[in-house]
Amino acid sequence: MNRQINRVTGALVFLILLLIGNLSYVQVFEASQLRSQQGNQRILLAEYSRQRGPILLASQAIAESTPTNDTLKYLRTYTNPEAYAPITGFYSLVYGATGLEQKENNILSGNDSRFFVDRLQQLLANRKPKGGAIRLTINDRAQRAAYKALRGRTGAVVAINPKTGAILALVSSPSFDPNLLSSHDAKSIQDSYESLLANADQPMLNRPLAMTLPPGSVFKLVTAAAALESGKYTPDTVVPGPASITLPLTDKELGNWTGKACGPDDQTTLTQALAISCNTAFASIGMELGAKAIEEQAKKFGFETSFALPLIAAASHFPTKVDLPQTAMSAIGQFDVRATALQMAMVAAGIANQGVVMKPFLIAQVLGPDLSVLQNTAPQAQQRAMSPINATLLTEMMVNVVTNGTGSKARLPNVRVAGKTGTAENTPGESAHAWFVSFAPADDPEVAVAVFLEHGGGAREVSGNALAGPIAAAVMQAVISK
Amino acid sequence: MTELVRGYRVSTRRSSELGLLVAAWLIGVFAWILVDGATGLGSLGGWTALVSAGLLMLGAHAAVRWQMPFADPILFPAVAALNMLGLAMIHRLDIAAEQRAVANGTASPTPDVYLQITWMTIGLVLFISVVFALQDHRKLQRLTWTSGVAGLLLLFLPLLPIIGTEVNGARLWITLFGFTFQPGELAKVALTIFFAGFLVLRRHSLSLVQTKVLGFDVPRPKDLGPLVAMWLVALLVLVLERDLGTSLLFFGMFIVLLYVATARRSWVLLGAALLMISGFGAYHAFGHVHIRFATWLHPFDDATGTGFQIVQSLYGLANGGMFGTGWGQGYPQLVPFAKTDFITSALGEELGLTGLVAILLLYAIVIERGARAAVATRDPFGNLLAIGLSAVLGLQTFIVIAGVTKLIPLTGLTTPFLSYGGSSLLANYLILAILMRISNSARQPDSVKSENMSTVLM
Repeated sequence: MNRQINRVTGALVFLILLLIGNLSYVQVFEASQLRSQQGNQRILLAEYSRQRGPILLASQAIAESTPTNDTLKYLRTYTNPEAYAPITGFYSLVYGATGLEQKENNILSGNDSRFFVDRLQQLLANRKPKGGAIRLTINDRAQRAAYKALRGRTGAVVAINPKTGAILALVSSPSFDPNLLSSHDAKSIQDSYESLLANADQPMLNRPLAMTLPPGSVFKLVTAAAALESGKYTPDTVVPGPASITLPLTDKELGNWTGKACGPDDQTTLTQALAISCNTAFASIGMELGAKAIEEQAKKFGFETSFALPLIAAASHFPTKVDLPQTAMSAIGQFDVRATALQMAMVAAGIANQGVVMKPFLIAQVLGPDLSVLQNTAPQAQQRAMSPINATLLTEMMVNVVTNGTGSKARLPNVRVAGKTGTAENTPGESAHAWFVSFAPADDPEVAVAVFLEHGGGAREVSGNALAGPIAAAVMQAVISK
Repeated sequence: MTELVRGYRVSTRRSSELGLLVAAWLIGVFAWILVDGATGLGSLGGWTALVSAGLLMLGAHAAVRWQMPFADPILFPAVAALNMLGLAMIHRLDIAAEQRAVANGTASPTPDVYLQITWMTIGLVLFISVVFALQDHRKLQRLTWTSGVAGLLLLFLPLLPIIGTEVNGARLWITLFGFTFQPGELAKVALTIFFAGFLVLRRHSLSLVQTKVLGFDVPRPKDLGPLVAMWLVALLVLVLERDLGTSLLFFGMFIVLLYVATARRSWVLLGAALLMISGFGAYHAFGHVHIRFATWLHPFDDATGTGFQIVQSLYGLANGGMFGTGWGQGYPQLVPFAKTDFITSALGEELGLTGLVAILLLYAIVIERGARAAVATRDPFGNLLAIGLSAVLGLQTFIVIAGVTKLIPLTGLTTPFLSYGGSSLLANYLILAILMRISNSARQPDSVKSENMSTVLM
């Protein structure tokens, strides 16, 4: 029997060795992957044991951690939570972090290698380590004006400083209150999160960055830029502008939103075509230029590029391999053209900045735990999209849109505003998206804005002006009247 | 200590046992101090608990010194170290519960560690009683059939109405006078005695061979009865009590004893085949088994639902890493059932892989020392009983720890000597007493033995 007993003992010891082997795998080899697994509360708990750094505007904090007498030592709180939610994101015990809370976690939690010396000092002084801070480029007045103007509607606003690329406003509506998800009560966090998920209006969707919509007539700015850059057009070039045209190779009619011709003898100028948003004119120009030229122009403005602000913005898209009728539709921002609000703001900003598109950014400064400046973001040019002369010409055409054309609702007292309306038909039967892009002052631009309202209103080109125009005006006003 | 045997002084190693016991106690005390230091919530009440645990262990040691001087000196200290580590972790989790209550503004929960020490007291009193009452383990052979009946009754006691209690889907508990017992824990001791006694008598017929198939000896069909009967019992446990772990434990232990008794590997193969058939059948027949398997393979698919327990356990283990967070510095309270089934994850988080390997080596020592007693004792019943009890400890440890570390599907079993739970402590101290009694008879010099032998009726 002893041989069998020894074998059984061997087998049992082997089982123990199996356990040790498996534990080595779980605790050592698989450990780092498990630690960073989404939903693992431990990392958050460890983070909660030290003071997370604030997210700052010029002076005040929009997200900060305050001490509690909880097992979780600090509570994350947000001021103006709904207005800033698409930027800050949330910092949740249950669902991890989103937005800048996630993208800048290394800095806010103090794990960034730049804080090595700080951590060493804190360790030696036996103080609990503290996180670093970030200061945003956001203009609080513009952000709040935009959120107020969007309230009750479904849409987005992006405002950029055209000269630097600094984001001045980034608003999504409807929004949510990140305080509800950043509390210390798992049950209420879950309930809030579930109800936000169940909301058909998707309040947690970052509309200005993540949502790409057909830009409609605001895309005519890109087509106009391509026309001017081609050298074949000037603002005064006479272009065809009948009430409707039959798209080549098809029997489809493309008409103007007015139902009328854009000028006498079915002709108009490029300036006038933009002012009244003449579909037939821009469809003809698009077919004349060819899809390739418009695509190249769109890319120069930033289409097909995904930007990291560091919040990730989806790439906007101009279709490739299009036939002639599709080119005509694409030239007026329909067919498969898709753009984010950020992208359309960058188009306006590029025109405003003498043709140079600046790289968009949201973080002005990285600060240490003691709020000393560790790093300033230097503005960077993304690309030149137009020659300075053509940019100036297009600016004047856009000013004309606001003073004489469809963009009347974006006028500001004593300030020359350049703008363009848009109404993009999406699904037949559903009301169109209303767009407005603009910048001001036209001579020395301080702010470029893009606004969209999802399914904003059915009243054709008027809705871009009537609904989105005043929102753009409010945001520009907030930035300019310091 | 030495014992005078026919004029020679024979070392009994009792002083080594005492020294190791003190060391085991100190491990627990240091752990306790570290927990209190790290959490800043120490209480003086803890010291009375620690001192009473120490005094109890001293009392048990004295009983061993007096009644079984030749018993293995390593077994008890190894078990005591496990028990003390378990107490420290339960204390640590009590503190977490207290902190949670303070944070939520609710009433402080009663610390579980005091009840565990009460059970430890009862367990050690039982141990001491057995040390005195069971002067020869062969007396247990006379209880073969009594144990068999008692074991089966205990095993199926939770199925009775009113007293039977279901926890998390498994019907393994009974509630009596406000206390909850897990009679399956005592059943494992009773059934080991039964199998050992039964197989001692039947081993010759069971090892008879009829034919060879594919080079393996195949037992006679008429000898298949006991194996099939045990298989059915295991299946009943699985179906009626919905517990994979207990089912696996009893069947595994039976196969081990069948193999040791008959020296026929074919029994192991047959047993493995039956296990596979029933596993396959259960997988398709029962939703809960199906879910267990699916959760085992893909725990992260439903990390907040069916996979929650194992996922939390893995997070804890991963957080511990190689060296652990240190006592009181991890988050073991996040793992569900951290005091019972998942105490390994709790220890793995705060003591790391290093600490768990040390704990597993303690189990290996207990198993090896038990097996050593099995080899050294000279009666076949003692051989079988000792290896059976060692195998029960080893298999139970493996099944539960492998479950919470995702090596095998999760099952509900306590971790011997570590987990919070009275029935488990009681049963395992009973096993310890029997193993030490067998080791005493195995290790005592022949002359002493022959004197004692005469008093035993066989």
